[in-house]
Amino acid sequence: MVRYLTQRFITLIPMLIGISIMVFGAIRLVPGDFITAQLGTEAGMLSDTQRASLEAYYGLDVPPVEQYFSWMGNVLTGNLGMSIRQGRPVVDLIIDRFPATLELAIISVIIALLIGIPMGILSAIYRNSALDIFARLFAMVGLSIPNFLLGTLIIFVLSVYFGILPTSGNYVDLTEDLSLNLQQMIFPALALGTSFASSVMRMTRSSMLEVMSEDYIRTARSKGLHERIVLQRHALKNAMIPVVTLVGIEFGYLLGGAFIVEQIFAIPGIGRLLINAITQRDYALVQGVTLFIAVNFVVINLIVDFAYTLLDPRVTYDGR
Amino acid sequence: MAAENTVTLALRPTWRTLAANFWKERGAVIGGVIIAFFLVVGLLGLIGLTPYPVVEQHAIDRLSAPDSTYLFGTDQFGRDVASRVMKGTANSLQVALLSVAISTLAGTALGSISGYVGGLLDNVIMRLMDIIFAFPGLLLALLIVTILGPGLDNTILAISIVYTPIFARVARGQVISVKEKDYVLAARALGKRDWMILVRHILPNIASVMIVQVTLALSWALITEAGLSFLGLGTQQPEPSLGLMLSSNRALAEIAPWLILYPGGAIMLMVLGFNLLGDGLRDLLDPQGRGR
Repeated sequence: MVRYLTQRFITLIPMLIGISIMVFGAIRLVPGDFITAQLGTEAGMLSDTQRASLEAYYGLDVPPVEQYFSWMGNVLTGNLGMSIRQGRPVVDLIIDRFPATLELAIISVIIALLIGIPMGILSAIYRNSALDIFARLFAMVGLSIPNFLLGTLIIFVLSVYFGILPTSGNYVDLTEDLSLNLQQMIFPALALGTSFASSVMRMTRSSMLEVMSEDYIRTARSKGLHERIVLQRHALKNAMIPVVTLVGIEFGYLLGGAFIVEQIFAIPGIGRLLINAITQRDYALVQGVTLFIAVNFVVINLIVDFAYTLLDPRVTYDGR
Repeated sequence: MAAENTVTLALRPTWRTLAANFWKERGAVIGGVIIAFFLVVGLLGLIGLTPYPVVEQHAIDRLSAPDSTYLFGTDQFGRDVASRVMKGTANSLQVALLSVAISTLAGTALGSISGYVGGLLDNVIMRLMDIIFAFPGLLLALLIVTILGPGLDNTILAISIVYTPIFARVARGQVISVKEKDYVLAARALGKRDWMILVRHILPNIASVMIVQVTLALSWALITEAGLSFLGLGTQQPEPSLGLMLSSNRALAEIAPWLILYPGGAIMLMVLGFNLLGDGLRDLLDPQGRGR
C-alpha cells in the first residue's frame, strides 16, 4: 500500500504542473492584450511609458515561457500577485474569504449526512416499502434541483411566508457572533446540502443493499446475532466506506466555492470572490483563485484516495 | 466476413432486449415522456410558434399574473413568460444537446484511441484529460467563458470541454475491456485496419454504456448552462434563458412568483427527466445492480 500511495503522490506533481500551465495559459488567451483586457476602456488613456511600465510590472515584457517560470517562482513562494481592482495581494484576499467557504462546506456536509445516512439506511432495511419509495423520490427530486434554484426558492419561501430576508444585513463572521453567523449560513447550507443529501442517501442505500447480500452478513445472522447488531457492527461499518469517499469528493467540490449559492446568499466566500473577479476583469485574482481551487480539489481527491485505502481492508494496491 | 457476423450476433440480443425491456422500466419511461414533452416545447420555441413573440413588450400588462391571456403571466417589461420559457427551454436544450454531442464525439474518439493504441499515446491523452478533470466542472466552464466571452456558442464550447474527459475515461475503460474479445481478435486476424476495427467492431459494442453516460451528462449540462446563464455568463439578454430568467427576476419573486416558478420548474423537470431516463437505462444495462 505504501508503494501505491507513494506512486499516487508522485503522479500529483505532473498534474499540478499541468494545472498551473493551464491556469497561466488560460488567462493569456483572453482576447486582446492583458493590460487592455484588464483595464478596459481606461487602457486607452495610458501613455506609452505608462503601458511599458505596466508591462514590466506584470512581467509581460519577456517571452511567455520566462513569464511562466517567474510566475511559478512567485507562486511557490506564496505570491499570487496583486488584485488590480482591490489593490491587495491575491493571497490575502483568499485567506480572508476562505473561512466562510470552509464553514459553509462543513455545515452543508453535516446537513447532508444528517438527512442522507439515516434515510439511506432505513430505505435499504425497509426496501420497497412506502418509506423506501418516499426516500428514493426525495433523492431523485433532490438531485434534479440545481442548488441555485433551491437557493432562490428558499429565499422566496422565507420572504413570502415567514417575512425573513436571509440576504439582508452584512455578513457576520463566526468569531463575531456565532448565533447570527449560523442564522446566515444555515439557508445557503441547506441549498447546498439537500442535493448532496440525495447523493448520500442513494449511496448509503445501494451500499447497504450490497453489503447485506454478502456472505458474512448471512453468517452473522445464522450465528443467531440480533438483527440490530448485524446491521450496526457488520453491515453499516462496511457500507459506509463508499459514502466516506463520496463525502470527500463532494467536500472538495464545496471547498471549490459554491459560486452561485454564495452569490445568491451574499456569503463572502471564495466562489463569490471569483465571480466578482470575473465580472471586474481582475485577471490576477481570477488566476490566483482558480489555481487555489484546482490545487485544493486535487489534494482533497488524493486524501480521499488515501482514506479509501486505509478504510477498506479488501483493497490491495500491490502490483498496480 | 466472419468477424462481422460475430459482431452482429453479439449486438442483436443487447439492443433487442434493451428495446423490449425499456417499456417495463417505469422510471425510464416517465423520464422519456418528460424529455419528449420538453423537446416538443423547445422545438415550438425554436421555430417561433410561441403564444407571443419572445421580446414583444405589452406595456399595460406588466407583471400580470397567469391567466387565459398570458398562461404563465408577464414580466416587468410586459413580455409573455410562457413564450420566454418556451424559447429558454429551446436554448437550454440546444446548449445541452450540442455540448454533450461534441464532448461525446471528442471524448469517445480520444478515449477509444487511447484505450486501443495504449502506450505513450494513451498516457499523454489520459494525463491531459486528468488535468482538465482536475478542475471542478463549473469552475472550468467559468474560466473558459471568461476567456472566450459570454454567449450561447461559447457556453456550448465550455461545457463540451468540461465533459470530454468523462467520456474519454468511460470509453477508454470500455475499449480496454472489449479489445481482447474474440470478435476483435478475429477481425484483427483477418487483417482489418485498426480504425475499421474501432469503428465497426468496438464502438457498436460500447455504445450502450456510452448512451447511459450521455443521458446523465445531458442533465449536468442543463444545470451548468442554467448556472452560467444565472451568473450572466451564458445566454445574453434579450434572448431568453431559463437560468437568466431566474436570476434577473429574483428580486421580483415576492410580488410575481410566476417569474421564478415557471423557468425554475422547467429546469428541474428537464433535469429530472434526464436523470430518470439515465437511471432507468443503467438498470436495464446492469440488471445485477437493479434497484440499488
